Amino acid sequence: MISKNKNKKHVPNPEEFKEELLKKYPLKVAKKRAKGILVNDPKDTGMEIQANVRTIPGIITQRGCTYAGCKGVILGPTRDVVNIVHGPIGCSFYAWLTRRNQTKPPTAQDPNYIPYSFSTDMQDSNIVFGGEKKLKDAIQDAWDLFKPRSIAVFSTCPIGLIGDDIHAVCREKKAELGINIFGFSCEGYKGVSQSAGHHIANNKIFSDVIGIDLTLPRAGKFVINMMGEYNIGGDSFALESYFEEMGVTLKATFSGNSTIESYESAHDVDLNIVMCHRSINYIAEMMEKKYGIPWFKVNFIGAQATAKSLRRIAEYFGDEEVMAKTEALIARELESVKAVANKVKPLVQGKTAMMFVGGSRAHHYQELFRELGIETIAAGYEFAHRDDYEGRRVIPDIKIDADSRNIEELKVVKDKVSFKDSLVEKKKALKDKNFEFENYEGMMPEMSKNSLVIDDISHWESELLIEKYKPDIFCAGIKEKYVVQKNGIPLKQLHSYDYGGPYAGFVGAINFYNEMERMLCTDIWKMIDAPWKNEPVCVGSVVEE
Amino acid sequence: MLLRHTKKASESIERKGLTINPAKTCQPVGAMYAALGVHGCLPHSHGSQGCCSYHRTALTRHYKEPVMAATSSFTEGSSVFGGQANLLQGLSNIYSIYEPDIVAIHSTCLSETIGDDLGQIVGKARVEGQIPEGKHAVYAATPSYVGSHVTGFSNMVKGIIDYFAYKTEEVKKQLNILPGWVEPSDMREIKRMLKMMKVKYVMLPDTSDVLDEPMTGKFKMFPEGGTTIPQMASMGDSIKTIALGEWCSKDSAIHLENKCKVPFHIADMPIGIKATDRFVQVVAKAFRISVPDSLTKERGRLVDAIVDMQQYLFGKRVALFGDPDQCISLTEFLVDMGMKPVYIVSGTPGKAFEKRMASILDKKVPEAKYMNGERADLFLLHQWIKDEGVDLIIGNTYGKYIARDENIPFLRFGFPILDRIGHSYFPTVGYMGGLRLLEKMLSLIMDHEDATVAEEKFELVM
Repeated sequence: MISKNKNKKHVPNPEEFKEELLKKYPLKVAKKRAKGILVNDPKDTGMEIQANVRTIPGIITQRGCTYAGCKGVILGPTRDVVNIVHGPIGCSFYAWLTRRNQTKPPTAQDPNYIPYSFSTDMQDSNIVFGGEKKLKDAIQDAWDLFKPRSIAVFSTCPIGLIGDDIHAVCREKKAELGINIFGFSCEGYKGVSQSAGHHIANNKIFSDVIGIDLTLPRAGKFVINMMGEYNIGGDSFALESYFEEMGVTLKATFSGNSTIESYESAHDVDLNIVMCHRSINYIAEMMEKKYGIPWFKVNFIGAQATAKSLRRIAEYFGDEEVMAKTEALIARELESVKAVANKVKPLVQGKTAMMFVGGSRAHHYQELFRELGIETIAAGYEFAHRDDYEGRRVIPDIKIDADSRNIEELKVVKDKVSFKDSLVEKKKALKDKNFEFENYEGMMPEMSKNSLVIDDISHWESELLIEKYKPDIFCAGIKEKYVVQKNGIPLKQLHSYDYGGPYAGFVGAINFYNEMERMLCTDIWKMIDAPWKNEPVCVGSVVEE
Repeated sequence: MLLRHTKKASESIERKGLTINPAKTCQPVGAMYAALGVHGCLPHSHGSQGCCSYHRTALTRHYKEPVMAATSSFTEGSSVFGGQANLLQGLSNIYSIYEPDIVAIHSTCLSETIGDDLGQIVGKARVEGQIPEGKHAVYAATPSYVGSHVTGFSNMVKGIIDYFAYKTEEVKKQLNILPGWVEPSDMREIKRMLKMMKVKYVMLPDTSDVLDEPMTGKFKMFPEGGTTIPQMASMGDSIKTIALGEWCSKDSAIHLENKCKVPFHIADMPIGIKATDRFVQVVAKAFRISVPDSLTKERGRLVDAIVDMQQYLFGKRVALFGDPDQCISLTEFLVDMGMKPVYIVSGTPGKAFEKRMASILDKKVPEAKYMNGERADLFLLHQWIKDEGVDLIIGNTYGKYIARDENIPFLRFGFPILDRIGHSYFPTVGYMGGLRLLEKMLSLIMDHEDATVAEEKFELVM
């Protein structure tokens, strides 16, 4: 039940809690899980969390697969590409419209394949005799029916095993049809989570799509790409309007409300801003190497974080007009944010939250909760790496294991035509003035002392967390939602936003504050027990005459 | 337009390799659903994590209830060397952490392709102690590249029967009811009808009181409902098996006959008047009872309501998609009400589909088009609708995109329903279910008329 007075709540000793948590596990499991569970100390920079390692079979994880990360997350939100899933029907079925990536084609004639699910629907004979022929037919069907600008092919588990060469098929059909056709070897078993799929998607978009169109004129005076923003619930729409007002041109978003067309000339920008570091940092880094485009981390979750991020973009360009417009925008928007915060904060202040989600949201959303005076007492990612917890400074120390090794690292060299030395100089000059690039400090330094940090949390771990800590709100995904709510605690989905949003930007902060008022203050939670629950049980019966 | 790239069928090509907007999904999700209808059972997916995650997600969104299941979490290594180590470790962890009585393991396209033999691995787990004394593990091969989610459901029910049902000397005067893949509300309704007829039964699976749990303030990993071990064991001694739906239940009924000599009868899913009549008669005959008046009255109320409102149904063209067992009974029901099911697709293969549809439709709705199996998908259905429109679309949530583009009333029916509630609570089987379907169809058709009819034709009384 939601506690009214947080101060009276008994807070367990975190070390004792951890011990109790591990006691349930067989010895070997406990030993492994112990490394993925930390009692946080933000000042201790030596703390190391185990992340991006194999999930223990049978433990009940919330993680998904490489295919989900590649097709579902990264390529899913792009509307002008026919995404053919090569495999049995399920994989395409489950990634069909289920991630709420909103998209808005400029006209009714512009392509939009997002409401479609394409599959080769492999049958047992295709498994036995190979599926390349069927894939070729499927690509031809897609071309005959739709004449798309590009076609992407995604391998599912059996493809790698039966040895279909999707890349050869793509090359052949590309030469034959004269459109861009590219394949992703994103079999579900690769890597240890969705994260491997992000990397595979990043690599292919970088090698086969970005920068292939050199014909377009520059998109504007101040041009950026936004990376790692997927337009769940319309987040990108909100941010797009801010850039426009600031006088900054958004060339491409990777990949909310996006087109492959916009990626093809996405090399011609001045800056890459990175929202979800985990899913997209690869492209940002490779683009800097190849084209000289600097990148820095932004966060548009939370009103203050949004203001800070927009200011940094304006400062990067250093243009008086952009900076003035940005300040005017921030001042105006913060005014409306404040009005709602003043209404909601007194109602929810002092409550506690837990969040276990994604590779960045479990961090970003703490900011929104902080603005309402709600403390995050436990958090963790589903598929992040150590740098997302501890900061990018640990990247050189991260051990490369067998599961990471089989994800290709592209060799990137300077592009002779499109590399911009001017951007390198600009970055250097700004760096000298302490402007930070390639920065991400991670989640742990921002969490309070003695809060719990748990990577790839299992069902058992979240059950005990809820029992012992009794948080007022739990944030996770659909698989956890009704489990937690059956315990009388509201769960906010941070993958799909519970079909609400946007939660990014100022308008997003307002929406989220209102949502917290709804979730934390609604009366329905007080009605779980029937009024007669504690009445004595009547014995006997009424006899009819 | 949401589906702006879909054009008329008459102007289209014949597809050779591409399925677009499928009217089916893959086997394991059906196996997972079936296993949830067994008491104290945890489904386990032997494959990549993504399978388990996707299936739990689909079922959770459909029911808005907890759906617990574990996975073998394959990595590249297990895909090369086999998944035995993962499954053994998984089983040992599941029993010690979550303490289910039963683990119901299903395979995936991954573990099937590499040739993992579930029977052998489970046998080894029993010998080596990963399955503790007194605990159970059942399994079913559910390769995603064969059949559909319906096949997976059927295979898991068969696997459960294979493990638990056994024959003793004693004959139990009870029926085995294999309800097929219907909602918890439907299982509850079938049980209510059986109680009205005073018939003893074992229903397998039974997801009522599992996927329609009340809010109590305490999560229960293994809810009250589900078929129990003694019930499943006793199925070998029942007098008869009534298997509802050829796709969902036939294999299990045959298997039970082979194993325990329990005779069976395959009946259609009791959706609509005639299919329910047949079900009721089969039950009555098997148990040698006469049908109670109370049930006859329910039937009468349904017939009465159809009579009263038939003018709004007669001649209405309907597009329908879903699973074969549901589609067959529903098509018959639509025809009985004077409606015209003109387009029907099901992604689930099986030759009987065409035969059954022909027998229902050929005389009454000769213009009807129907198709099942590969490329019998929503894209084709939509293309047909583009050729000539319909008055009502019936199918799972994905139909809403066609319905919106074409401005056609849309009845949500089948799996998955991701955007409305009701299916877990209100049945569509039996006479009461027929009444609910009728009421929903009428509301949709009449609301549409109210919203679109010319002002001078707007009616107060309908």
